[in-house]
Amino acid sequence: MQEKNKKINRRDFLKRTAGAVGLVALASTPFAVFNRVKGAPDNPLATEGKPDNNASAKSKVRAWGMVIDLRKCDGCVTIGISPACTQTCINGHFAPKGQEWIQVYKAELPGGGSSFMPVPCFQCENAPCVNVCPVAATYHNEDGVVLVDHKRCIGCRFCMSACPYHRRFFNWGTVELPPEAAFAEYSPLYPVPAIKGTVIKCMFCAHFLHDGKLPFCVAGCPMKAIYMCDFNEDVASNGVEVVILSRFLRENNAYRYKEDLGTQPRVWYIPGHGEQFGRHANDTRELKPVNVPWGGATPDQRLGLWPWDKPDTWTWEANPK
Amino acid sequence: MRAAAESYTRRLERVSLAPLWNTSTRYRLFVFFLLAIVAWGVYAYVVQLRYGLAMTGMNDQVNWGFYIFNFVFWIGVSHVGALISAILRLTNAGWRTPLTRLGELITISALLIGAAMIIVDMGRPDRLLNLLFYGRFQSPLIWDVIGVATYLTGSLIYLYLPTIPDFAMIRDRLRRTTSTIKLKLYTFLAVGWRGTPEQKARLDKGVKIMSVMIIPIAVSVHTVVAFVFAMTLRPGWDSTVLAPNFVIGALFSGMSALMVVMGAFRKFCHLEEYITPKHFKNISYLAIVLLFAYFYFVFVEYSTVMFKFRLEEKELFTLLLVGQSAPWFWLFFTCAFVLPSVLLLWQREPTIPRLVIAGILVNIGMWVKRFVIVVPSMEVPLMPTDFHFATYMPSWVEISIVAAGLAGFILLLTLSAKIMPVMPFVEMVEEAEEKHAEGKEEKHVQEQHPVRRRQGV
Repeated sequence: MQEKNKKINRRDFLKRTAGAVGLVALASTPFAVFNRVKGAPDNPLATEGKPDNNASAKSKVRAWGMVIDLRKCDGCVTIGISPACTQTCINGHFAPKGQEWIQVYKAELPGGGSSFMPVPCFQCENAPCVNVCPVAATYHNEDGVVLVDHKRCIGCRFCMSACPYHRRFFNWGTVELPPEAAFAEYSPLYPVPAIKGTVIKCMFCAHFLHDGKLPFCVAGCPMKAIYMCDFNEDVASNGVEVVILSRFLRENNAYRYKEDLGTQPRVWYIPGHGEQFGRHANDTRELKPVNVPWGGATPDQRLGLWPWDKPDTWTWEANPK
Repeated sequence: MRAAAESYTRRLERVSLAPLWNTSTRYRLFVFFLLAIVAWGVYAYVVQLRYGLAMTGMNDQVNWGFYIFNFVFWIGVSHVGALISAILRLTNAGWRTPLTRLGELITISALLIGAAMIIVDMGRPDRLLNLLFYGRFQSPLIWDVIGVATYLTGSLIYLYLPTIPDFAMIRDRLRRTTSTIKLKLYTFLAVGWRGTPEQKARLDKGVKIMSVMIIPIAVSVHTVVAFVFAMTLRPGWDSTVLAPNFVIGALFSGMSALMVVMGAFRKFCHLEEYITPKHFKNISYLAIVLLFAYFYFVFVEYSTVMFKFRLEEKELFTLLLVGQSAPWFWLFFTCAFVLPSVLLLWQREPTIPRLVIAGILVNIGMWVKRFVIVVPSMEVPLMPTDFHFATYMPSWVEISIVAAGLAGFILLLTLSAKIMPVMPFVEMVEEAEEKHAEGKEEKHVQEQHPVRRRQGV
């Protein structure tokens, strides 16, 4: 390199500019990278559920949760209807066919016999779905509910793969909904009508909660087995009785499903098999399938396995009952 | 002696530049055939866009299928570029010269197809840019986006840099003709290359920097691809060893893909003199090492899980070893391990068909292995449903798009042979001249001739 009388030549200029830009980028990294998206303050939709008036009870930050008392849950077999929680949820949300946001599973009991277990989204505190979302379309709102912004979701379904409870569903195709669904105003708290190509799930009916209303499944449960609770206020209610949450959990051996995964679900179970309504553990009556009056975004809408197939010649069932 | 060297150079020029000047009817037909498959795939994608992913065989439990495991497969194939071009260049393995460009071309084509597979898998491809606007660095998928984009950019640079002298050479040849568009294109691509010592030194420096940089990038790419699975709580995916397993598997399948592509180009571009059985043998030695390394990783992964046999893992392995996915698992085991190890180790003539067949088998095996990784893990139910397994069958849309991906890969390779010599022509000429200058010409010629005799008669 020849002497250039301390003049900056082009090469040096480029080098120094690149160095300066690199330094600035490096210095600003902690702010950009480690700014954890929680409650998503940069997400305008996150605060949409807030009521307009500033009444203190309504604007309080909550920690919503659920307690499901399996001693009271008989899967609605003793009254001979399809699970009312699922049915009410579907009716209230116009949930596309094939999606059961709260789904009643049949679980085996130690020592034989079976129990029914309604499973909504667990709204995990360490939610695997929130952790993997590439665009922060799924996030915790300030009340701890895991929501999905369907106008941002890119449909990669990573959250579905990450969820260890199968609690997420995909709108595979165009959803066929009844005309009244068109009047609903979309928000992440009440995702109606469902948007094609996005992931959808239970969101604890978060649009009801601040108004003091109970979610569809809690209100719809004829056995009053589901309690909505607020961990901040330490109170739970199934719409009929109000209990002290911590005592209720402690005295009834409450547990969380797959506690060992460390996802910290906000849904607690109290073990049982519907005995409070006379369901014996060895009762062989099965769950009745839910009734979905409209079509869905589900695979049974597919045109067929092969190009020349007619619709509905090839059917598929997610969880045959 | 001098005459021999020059005739070698002239022959090299005639053979390696032939595809650039002449287009045969067979070539046109082949391209047309590939284009037809790609067009059918595009039609299938249009159908999928119209009706949504409901047109695929995926469902709420098996929510990833054909597209995702083909993405993993293509990213795996793309690893050959890093190994052949970078590692062998750094270790000064002289024999790799005719293969470097093929390796890089495979890398770039495979990466493009892999990236396309991911976009095809998206439910909302119209929101692709959300990845830029709202991307969160905590998500493994964003690591993938960054990794694949970086690897693609790096590979393009790494393909382009050593090709500059070739572009300049083509530019100089084109000066004799009147094709102005072509001349302009190659003048642009050659960026004023004159072959001066300073230019050569700079280019050499650039290539060396790239060949060092491309290795960590390549390793990181398949690591983050594995992280997409390993960061979840699914049986079979929730494993520490998954990332190194993916990297070794990727090198293994990339190496085998190279053997197949080498065989094809050797036959159709008449490169018998330059891509010799010796090259195939050297590549096969690497493949043998990678085969056993990969077997070791698979063994480690499966044995640590199978010893503990946690409930969901137990269901998964029952499904894999004896259940409904068993045919696929054992097909993978046979095609990727058993048959290739025989074909690679049992050194019998004819070398080239033996190794090409081994390469094809390994690629089938590794493709099936990607299926075995992705789909059965998702079929295992995670909720108490008396362990009712979900099932997955790809639909015609998925099969068409994946077939179009394979056709597109071959098409990219075929078309790039029209744009640049598939072997680094100038570099090979220089090497031949160096050898001549060092008086190794005799040896060189002797090395070439037995092959020609075997092939030629």
